[in-house]
Amino acid sequence: MKIAVPVKFVPDLVEELTIDSSGAALDTAWLRLIINEFDDHAVEQAVILKERGGGEVAVLSAEADGVDDFLFTTAAKGADKLVKLTGDFSAVNNHALGKAFAEAIKTIQPDLVLTGVQAHNDLDGSLGPLLAEYLGMPFVGYVSGVTVSGDKVIARKEYSGGLVAEVEVKLPAVLGIQASETPPRYVAYSKIRQVMGTAKIDEQAAEGLDAASGVTVSRMFQPESAERAAMLEGSPEDVSDKLIGIFKEAGAL
Amino acid sequence: MSQDIFVVVEHLRGQVADISHVMLAGARALSQTSGGGVVAVLLGKDAQSLAANLAADRVLYVDSPALAEFTPDAYQLALAGLIQAQSPRAVLFGHTSVGMDVAGGLSAKLGIPVVSSCRSFTADGKFVCQICGGKIMAEGDLPAPTALVTMLAGGYKAEVGNQPPAVEAVPAPALDALRISIKQYIEPDTSDVDISKEPMLVAIGRGIQNKDNIELATELAEALGGQVCASRPVVDQGWLPTTRLVGKSGKRVKPKVYLALGISGAPEHVEGMDGSDIIVAVNTDPNAPIFNVAKYGTTMDLLDLAPILAERVRSAKGG
Repeated sequence: MKIAVPVKFVPDLVEELTIDSSGAALDTAWLRLIINEFDDHAVEQAVILKERGGGEVAVLSAEADGVDDFLFTTAAKGADKLVKLTGDFSAVNNHALGKAFAEAIKTIQPDLVLTGVQAHNDLDGSLGPLLAEYLGMPFVGYVSGVTVSGDKVIARKEYSGGLVAEVEVKLPAVLGIQASETPPRYVAYSKIRQVMGTAKIDEQAAEGLDAASGVTVSRMFQPESAERAAMLEGSPEDVSDKLIGIFKEAGAL
Repeated sequence: MSQDIFVVVEHLRGQVADISHVMLAGARALSQTSGGGVVAVLLGKDAQSLAANLAADRVLYVDSPALAEFTPDAYQLALAGLIQAQSPRAVLFGHTSVGMDVAGGLSAKLGIPVVSSCRSFTADGKFVCQICGGKIMAEGDLPAPTALVTMLAGGYKAEVGNQPPAVEAVPAPALDALRISIKQYIEPDTSDVDISKEPMLVAIGRGIQNKDNIELATELAEALGGQVCASRPVVDQGWLPTTRLVGKSGKRVKPKVYLALGISGAPEHVEGMDGSDIIVAVNTDPNAPIFNVAKYGTTMDLLDLAPILAERVRSAKGG
């Protein structure tokens, strides 16, 4: 079975996010990018399926700072093919990214495409359903488990409130991964170093990237709250005593 | 072309999901600027009775055996023709396991823009999206002539209609060559404590850092006579079972006190706990969105605070 995993890099939310001088976009000068965590789970799920039933895993990413290291890390986990799309992705939306991924994925002809169910900076829809339409494949998202059975998969789809459905999907298909069956594995840096010597990143130019998705942001701002939390100050002991008072007053203690 | 606002009603196993009522409230607000009506779009098999309490001006009902269960491909096919034929001003979907599966594909198929993670609309009809884990709001003109929108839960209060709206049956298109089917539903695990019934919850998020630190939260919960619950990253790491998950894909809780330790406050989580009486947030990031929903907060490191709080609670209780 051939599995393709297109991934996306997103701003690291641990860092402070600032708005640029246009007032309508994030300031990219100080932005640190990391792998979209759902995509990390998609890579893991692909490797799990390969270990379980054999096959080949291709991981694809648009170029960004840190992408090469990430791709080599996926190779150390078990990915067989690493693809980096080159081009100007600075202002690219998911529609354009989806089209670029679709072109690259068509040459791989996978049975299954796994990608993160969403990314925290999606503004024009998540990547998976767009990609599925461009590839002419069915899409099911919020998946936290995949079993292959012949020319179909059974996907564990999550709904609100903890309800799960077992959904049968004909292959080839795109699944939006919420969580891999087991958490993304850790690989030692020595193993990644080793892979760097042998694995190759296949660079492919993405043509005709369209920066217009039809969704235009005119203003970005940090959420304003009518009632922001009253901050408790002092030593851990002081804060603890204040909290105990609050809990008692609430009738919880 | 019309100025109507469509709401794709989300329902599972005979129950209209709360997000549908939230979207209807959002559609009502948006219709004030568009000048159109609020139209609920209900897809199903013998599901017409679900229209009764929808706060809509009218309901378009599509009935087909292929729509008996929600599947992304049948919903997409049924909606594509309807949207093309009626060209409403906007079509609202839940930013959920149902809505997100359908809206993106329709956008690509029909060439209609989709706006995701929309929380509310401004008085002049602009979209306001909440992105980057709740840290950033993005505002812009609603794409014209038609926009698809996926809606978060937090922006509007659920609205229920006080009289049954007019229901208009719309013939279903041919729904064949479908590639997705539901095999079975698996009920949520009920063997663990039901966190939705607990009055005191100690909730942990990514800030707990590793599995060994879970014990700090467990001990604190024990001292407080409460239970431990968590946000998604903790459960995805396998540090706590899914029965303890609070948020969009987990439980909705409403304790007297929700003590959030190392939780940033992404909308997916907030949706599951904003009904708590008192929310207390402990997070080292002063910009964490959790402080916008919490009544009390501190930027103290939870690893410093939790053991001391547990100890002082025990002595306050005289134990």
